[in-house]
Amino acid sequence: MSTQPTRAIEPVFESARPGGPAVLGKSVVVKGQIIAGEDLTIDGEADGTVELQEHRLTVGPNGKVMAAVKAREVVVIGTLHGNVETRDKIQIRKGATLVGDIRTARIEIEDGAYFKGNIDIIRTEPKIAPSPQPKPQGSVPIVTQTTAAAGSGGSSHGGGSSEFKPEFKR
Amino acid sequence: MQASETRNSNGLDQFCSALEARPGLSILDFSGASQSTISFITDYGHRLYSDDFGHQLDHCFGTTGEFYENQSNPLLVSRFLGAAMDFEEQSFDGALVWDSLQFLTPMLLQNVVGRLHRILRPGSSLLAVFHADERVEDIPTWSYRIQDRKTVVMAHRTQRRPAQVFNNRSLEKLFQDFSSVKFFLTRDHLREVLVRR
Repeated sequence: MSTQPTRAIEPVFESARPGGPAVLGKSVVVKGQIIAGEDLTIDGEADGTVELQEHRLTVGPNGKVMAAVKAREVVVIGTLHGNVETRDKIQIRKGATLVGDIRTARIEIEDGAYFKGNIDIIRTEPKIAPSPQPKPQGSVPIVTQTTAAAGSGGSSHGGGSSEFKPEFKR
Repeated sequence: MQASETRNSNGLDQFCSALEARPGLSILDFSGASQSTISFITDYGHRLYSDDFGHQLDHCFGTTGEFYENQSNPLLVSRFLGAAMDFEEQSFDGALVWDSLQFLTPMLLQNVVGRLHRILRPGSSLLAVFHADERVEDIPTWSYRIQDRKTVVMAHRTQRRPAQVFNNRSLEKLFQDFSSVKFFLTRDHLREVLVRR
């Protein structure tokens, strides 16, 4: 019987292209809370909640997301089950599936997309611009509280540091 | 490319009169989400609940010759009602069901119409479309996209045999629990029906 201790596997975050969005690849399964301070593409599976308040979430063609989503902008190409709240807009592309309620300022849906749920359009009153805040140094990290299972494809990340407390299954 | 037709709709025109009363209504649309319908309804300041009733029918009962036989399978019927008709009572101020009801067998049709009656608030309207030509076997199924309050763009989906052919009398009986039924006969063998809850 093996006495080798079980070694925690650190997720590998690499930039798909320098300065590009963080990418959870198609063989990555994440369960839990994802909080990102940069644009994120999920082409794998995510189950839980996704918060990218000031950024864009893209559910890639292979993406299967079962999560409540809050983001500045959401683009669905794959499958998303869960309520979505966007400050700017949501795009649902041809062949995409979205089941859940949407609250957004704008929506674009292509013919051939499947959508089931409520659509609430947020109409914001124009506000007085606040005084500019000093920008933090570097990018805001992606924070996840997860139970994740990673396959060989791994995940990649476009520059932000990350805090990740996953349990991995193989 | 999907064939489409543009047609005037007096039923839609009357349905839309209620939309102008006040913003913040909840409207149910069974034709599947389209950019034009979403924009049209939400531009009034209303909330739109969108689903593709035809997609749900195909998903639960199949697209083959057993489509109608499967509608008498209690397990499949239960799954269908759970997927397509699971709403709280009086949660909508209007329903656009378009041509979907004519592809339901009598028992399932009664069940669905009963549920529509329950989920609509009193005074709200329901717009449905029925094929009026009794001689044809297969009829086209369409997805309906609202262009403006009098105009609908109908995109062809497939051909399907209707479960039954309706006349004014049978439609009045079908919607007997509603407070009124109004018919709009058109030149293209479609009977628009505006029902008041």
